[in-house]
Amino acid sequence: MSDKILREAQKEFIKENLPEFNVGDTVKVSVKIKEGEKERVQVFQGIVIGRKGAGTQATFTVRKMSSGVGVERIFPLHSPNIDKIEVAREGHVRRAKLYYLRDRIGKAAKVRQKKRPVKQ
Amino acid sequence: MLGIIGKKVGMTSIYTKDGLSLPVTVIKAGPCEVVQVKTKDTDGYKAIQLGFEVNTKKVTKPLLGHFKKANLKPYRKLREFRLRQQEPEFKQGDTVSVDIFKEREKVNCTGISKGKGFTGAIRRYGFHGGPKTHGQSNKYRAPGSIGTSATPSRVVKGKKMAGHVGSVKRTVKKLEIIKIDTENSLILVKGSVPGYNGSYVIINKL
Repeated sequence: MSDKILREAQKEFIKENLPEFNVGDTVKVSVKIKEGEKERVQVFQGIVIGRKGAGTQATFTVRKMSSGVGVERIFPLHSPNIDKIEVAREGHVRRAKLYYLRDRIGKAAKVRQKKRPVKQ
Repeated sequence: MLGIIGKKVGMTSIYTKDGLSLPVTVIKAGPCEVVQVKTKDTDGYKAIQLGFEVNTKKVTKPLLGHFKKANLKPYRKLREFRLRQQEPEFKQGDTVSVDIFKEREKVNCTGISKGKGFTGAIRRYGFHGGPKTHGQSNKYRAPGSIGTSATPSRVVKGKKMAGHVGSVKRTVKKLEIIKIDTENSLILVKGSVPGYNGSYVIINKL
């Protein structure tokens, strides 16, 4: 019963119009950044290597290679600072967490593209 | 101080408009009914007794009589709240719900803290324990010396030693109310509140 009440309490803070994306997908995350008075949007593109948590506490980890260095960012899924999430490419994976990508370099660190019947 | 009886639902986090994540405790509070009104003339002080959660199980006869006098259903939890001079008057049978509070208001939350059992001095008082290296063999978590020798040849009173921790009434003061949901009678309070999920919490105005 208490779970139900908790979910009810979180409802207002949960985004409903989030796109569906899974581990292995390449996503473009638009993050709002405040610099003094001004606010701008920065895009972080990379592979989702894990999703964690439920409700308002849900997060996802995005990994990308930035000039030869691996960079990972953990985003709170329902944070108001996240402007938009776009799926650039769907990946085919057999794990829930792609931490093995950290040990791989170059071509070996790739995720196969998901084959999907074309929707008409 | 006017207050309300509630039940701790659990903790979660919410976001502010600026994107800050705040830890909050969700409390299902009220609606409570005024079972008894104490006035200066009859009791020497001003207070109300609130009842929370209808008791559908066994109620003792003396308590049943108490509820019958007020012409109310028997409640599981009764609690008296002393009222200040400027606080509003209540009548028997009045309902007190979460709307006595406002958002951004500071409140005190009282509950029975989680029982930790018999614990050592390290956990209970933050003692540092013995050395982990340098040939140490068996005094990793010992409290060390507990006093001197022939004078006073006893252990001083109040010496911090191992013992029972938790399961006592504790109040956390000045917690900010983040949100009030009058529809579901929920209060979201910033930070943590003593006790297990499902335990009773008394929320008092400052």
